[in-house]
Amino acid sequence: MQNKAPLNGFERGILKFFHDLGNLNSFAFRFFKAMWYPPYDVAEIMRHMYELGVKTMPIVSVTGIIIGLVLAMQSQPVLARFGAESFLPAMVTISVVRELGPVLTAVIFAGRVSSGIGAELGSMRVTEQIDAMEVSAINPFKYLVVTRIIATTAILPILTMYSIFLSVLGCYIAIILFQPMTISLYIGAVIDSIKFADFIPGMAKTIIFGFIVGLVGTEKGYNAQNGTEGVGVASTTAVVVSSLLILITDTVLVKLSLVLWPTV
Amino acid sequence: MADSLITINNLKKSFGDNIILGGVSFHVESGENLVVFGKSGTGKSVLLKCIVGLLEPDEGDIIFDGKNILNFSTKELNSYRKQLSFLFQSAALYDSMTVRENLEFPLRRHFKFSEDVIQKKVVRALEMVSLEKSIDKMPSELSGGMRKRIGLARSIITEPRLMLYDEPTTGLDPITTKEISRLIRDLQAELKMTSIAVTHDLICAQIIADRSIVLRDGNILYEGSLDGLLNAKDRFLQNFFSPELFEESE
Repeated sequence: MQNKAPLNGFERGILKFFHDLGNLNSFAFRFFKAMWYPPYDVAEIMRHMYELGVKTMPIVSVTGIIIGLVLAMQSQPVLARFGAESFLPAMVTISVVRELGPVLTAVIFAGRVSSGIGAELGSMRVTEQIDAMEVSAINPFKYLVVTRIIATTAILPILTMYSIFLSVLGCYIAIILFQPMTISLYIGAVIDSIKFADFIPGMAKTIIFGFIVGLVGTEKGYNAQNGTEGVGVASTTAVVVSSLLILITDTVLVKLSLVLWPTV
Repeated sequence: MADSLITINNLKKSFGDNIILGGVSFHVESGENLVVFGKSGTGKSVLLKCIVGLLEPDEGDIIFDGKNILNFSTKELNSYRKQLSFLFQSAALYDSMTVRENLEFPLRRHFKFSEDVIQKKVVRALEMVSLEKSIDKMPSELSGGMRKRIGLARSIITEPRLMLYDEPTTGLDPITTKEISRLIRDLQAELKMTSIAVTHDLICAQIIADRSIVLRDGNILYEGSLDGLLNAKDRFLQNFFSPELFEESE
């Protein structure tokens, strides 16, 4: 038998990364298998959509307005240098619709929701509530995991639309700080600048991001170990992993959308 | 043995090199209350988790109503689980639900009762544990003893054939221990359930036990009446309930 050298920190990290990725894949597979079978727990899905979505609105509102405001304030002097200030509404709108709105809302959503789900399910795991459900012949995966993943997948696109609207509003606030502009003129400029097709890649992304947030949060919480320490680990890793996956997935999806919709 | 509700045959379970159950065999008659004693780490909770299907044993059989549960499909396992209830050591109440919702939950998932029937059953179960006034409280507002009682109410609300208790009185003061133990005994007499209770609490055992077994190092050291256990000649058994003597003799 060959003696193997112990792994160094980097190798262990790589091994853990693929191990975690494997866990997420099998968890996702289990989700897609379970979601088709009754009971469908529609009331529970709606409750999670409210809990996870509506309660994230304040932070999304602040972020949305600030993105529009800051983007317009930063871009205005540069555009003014080229005499292109009239393109400011179009530039900000396209930026927030296609990229900034979906990604930043998803990262904010991950920070609040993924950690919350991780902590909640982790706590249920270590206090035997999930075992209690299983022993009562109630499928905890369907009741706790499937409902949450469906809720995050469904609510994030709505939150993103709301965030985009506020970013466009923030942009208008920034513009009227520099120069007078009627709201009707601004709305006209915004509508002229975007096409319906601009929304497709952004909204398609948010569905995937919502799924990632739900999947990572539930996986980390559902499989939490080692008592209360495990709950903290589940909560923290849920945020880190879901944020990273959102950014990595975004890079892939941007490239993909440019291939699929090259003229957009 | 013809009237056995559950029979355990040569049950073995290990975690790595650590042998937890080394071939445990016993049976429980219908309506009987069996108490399982043993020091911490002797596999009492593992035994219960194997019986409810939370852990898969390495070897052995668990026969319930003549059928080996280890051969059950998921559907059959769920059907089996609907016939039993498990009171966890921590009571395992669902934190995000009120007491009412905790009790309603299994009824809504498994039965098609009308709202009126569900509410009557919830109130009745709470009356049985004398906590009907706590119906709209959250679990975080309850004391340890109250949580155990609510856990008990949730366990009996589906009127199971087999009740499993994992340390039902751990962490409770002697008075509450007696109250909970009497409650378990009275409820079982009223609902005619069979039970297996894991404990190392003599007060609790004296109140609820029809028969007892003692586990040591993953095997059954004693099986018989509680009186027989208390009068046993074996040195370990003699000292089991007197730790100070046990320390001296060791």
